[in-house]
Amino acid sequence: MQLSLGPVLYNWAPERWRDFYFRIADEAPVDVVSVGEIVCSKRSPFFADHIPAVVERLQSAGKQVLLGSLILVSLRRERRQTEELAAAEGVLVEVNDLTCLRALAGRPHAIGPFVNIYNEASAAFHAARGARRICLPPELPLTSVAAIAKAIPDVTTEVFAFGRVPLAISARCYHARLHKLAKDNCRFVCEKDPDGLLLKTLEQQDFLTINGVQTLSHTCANLLGEAGLLHESSVGSLRLSPQDCDMVVVARTFRDVLDGREDADGGSRRLAAAYPSVPFANGFLWAEPGHVYRQARSGEAQGSAAQTGSL
Amino acid sequence: MRPLPLSPLQLVLAGVLQRIHRRNPAIFDRLGDHARARFGIKPIDLPFAFVVEARPPRLSVVRSLPHGLDARISASLANLLALLEGRLDGDALMFSRELVVEGDVEAVLALRNAIDDAQLDLATELSSLFGPLGAPARRAFEAARGRVIGSSGQGEQSR
Amino acid sequence: MMELICPAGTPAALKSAIDAGADAIYCGFNDETNARNFPGLNFSRDELRKGIALAHGRGARVLVAINTFPRASAVDIWHRAVDDAVNAGADALILADIGVMDYAARRHPNQRLHVSVQAAAANPDAIAFYAENFGARRVVLPRVLSVPEIAEITRESACETEVFVFGGLCVMAEGRCSLSSYATGKSPNMQGVCSPPSHVVYEQTAEGTKSSLGGFTINRFAASEPAGYPTLCKGRFSTAQGAGYIFEDPVSLDATTLLRGLRDAGVTALKIEGRQRGRAYVESVVRHFRHALAALESGSETDIASLKPFTEGQASTLGAYRKAWR
Repeated sequence: MQLSLGPVLYNWAPERWRDFYFRIADEAPVDVVSVGEIVCSKRSPFFADHIPAVVERLQSAGKQVLLGSLILVSLRRERRQTEELAAAEGVLVEVNDLTCLRALAGRPHAIGPFVNIYNEASAAFHAARGARRICLPPELPLTSVAAIAKAIPDVTTEVFAFGRVPLAISARCYHARLHKLAKDNCRFVCEKDPDGLLLKTLEQQDFLTINGVQTLSHTCANLLGEAGLLHESSVGSLRLSPQDCDMVVVARTFRDVLDGREDADGGSRRLAAAYPSVPFANGFLWAEPGHVYRQARSGEAQGSAAQTGSL
Repeated sequence: MRPLPLSPLQLVLAGVLQRIHRRNPAIFDRLGDHARARFGIKPIDLPFAFVVEARPPRLSVVRSLPHGLDARISASLANLLALLEGRLDGDALMFSRELVVEGDVEAVLALRNAIDDAQLDLATELSSLFGPLGAPARRAFEAARGRVIGSSGQGEQSR
Repeated sequence: MMELICPAGTPAALKSAIDAGADAIYCGFNDETNARNFPGLNFSRDELRKGIALAHGRGARVLVAINTFPRASAVDIWHRAVDDAVNAGADALILADIGVMDYAARRHPNQRLHVSVQAAAANPDAIAFYAENFGARRVVLPRVLSVPEIAEITRESACETEVFVFGGLCVMAEGRCSLSSYATGKSPNMQGVCSPPSHVVYEQTAEGTKSSLGGFTINRFAASEPAGYPTLCKGRFSTAQGAGYIFEDPVSLDATTLLRGLRDAGVTALKIEGRQRGRAYVESVVRHFRHALAALESGSETDIASLKPFTEGQASTLGAYRKAWR
């Protein structure tokens, strides 16, 4: 079972962003790293200068690097940006919107969790057109994940396994709206919230996370307990989505559990210490509300993981 | 439910319900799993309310709605009649706060959609119930309907 | 003249839409294959056949929405919906899933295909992908675009464009939103229902009516305050930066005043949202836009009745059509 690191979804300061990847390259036991600003095209210029150095450092460390495309493409400049990305050589593009597919014209690529692949037929369509890795939409239940993974044995099927879950993308920027700014003149207020902005209900129940034009869950996906089941279901990779916490510890924890050095409960305790005060969730995988966390399930799955030993 | 001195009204309305059911046997197919739900309907401007069941069709008139109903719907008599005839949009009445729904929202939606598709004409249903007195009954109802529906906002502005 | 595409959740609403002047009606089967899978709504196979016959007799067309994403291992249900809609004489199928489009294009090569708004094709490249791979003839544009952006799309695309002019306004890109699924476990993309009524609770409290979805409070309305649907994107929430309608107020889209701009942008068809609404809505809203289009055509001014009573929160917006909305 591979571990992959998804792109940073939040607006981090460029140097911090660069240093984060340098440390991932040096210390994190991940096999694949997806890089690039995929949420907001206005943020892209800040990271552009650092991307070559980051890619080189990651590749030198033996990681496979993917360059992620924008999730929502509507402006002319965004289309041009997507087209240029599709022309990139030496790295695999991770497609997050179909806009990119036409330019890729059948060349090998990866598909991110923002492309709607809900069944084996659409997965096969993409596989036939050059998809080599597919990270499935986070809301898919295990039964669907298993059916899809079995149908495309030559493609690495990936599941979103750690991090706040991306739930929606909009043309409207909610950070700008909250700060009473126009999107075109947003002053990049989202940079004040490197782990997103907490949204609560009127009754002060923690609910969602705002990240500019994107909305994520407040809870943090944790599929450590299901790793064994996912492995049995032909899933080949688990995605860890960067949060404002020690992602090297997160990656090591997943690796330790996958390799049988630690059980899922112990691993979850380490994750909770590394990313405190954010509750875990695994409901989507069990066809339940996405915010639900079934620990009993991870107990069952843990037994199954123990049997398979190293994944 | 206590028996009430509302029995003549209950008799007439239960008769209307039976007729609707006979003339539109498919009406309650749209209720699907909710065909056995018990709905409480409270006209806010009347001193009594109704308990309605679809399968088997049953209607009782009560002073106040009992506990244990699946859903409760309240609105003015005018709005309830207009909804029944598809002359007003239920969502719009919710938006303007003239319709209040409590309990099983899914059952209420199913009922609303079933009724909206049935294209009921209460004047016809009522008049056929009154046999030889049908025509005057129909005229009286239509006049009354004109008065109550004429006073409701959505209908007035939109047609 | 731009076509007027109107919603029908029941055979009676389909008839109302024709009576009120619809050029075409869109509807779906009464199951999870369409994105308005509400209780008591939609068409049986028999109702669809009769509805299409009625519409064709009156010179109107029927577009069948099969616009959810098939559940893995259950793709057959969606394929059967495609076959049955074609056999019933549907004038076009409105599809969202790539696998379903692929199936329809191969199995029924002469059938007209439209790209559903749920497919979120928001630019000429994405639209061309659907046109080139499946021969899609029309795309329903997501509600994230401004009028100039729509004009750019019609200039660059061989596909016809259809845009929403009235009704519910998704503020998130359609077909790419799991908010409702996060709260309820029922997914708009898979089960075809946003804010499923089975998970909605209305509660009368001292502070007014409280609406909640899957146990999360969506809003609280004072006694006389206009309300909206219990959808997450129109809820009232709080953050460290302020509280209120963080995503969007309870409003409906109303683009009546933009019809000229949409026509000049090269739009083929105008769509009215609301298959979940009653006959009264269909009849009034369709008539309103029929009059507005006639006035646009003749260059005359008309005093068209307001559609305000039908809007969420008794308020309307031009949405993303006006760039400042963003």
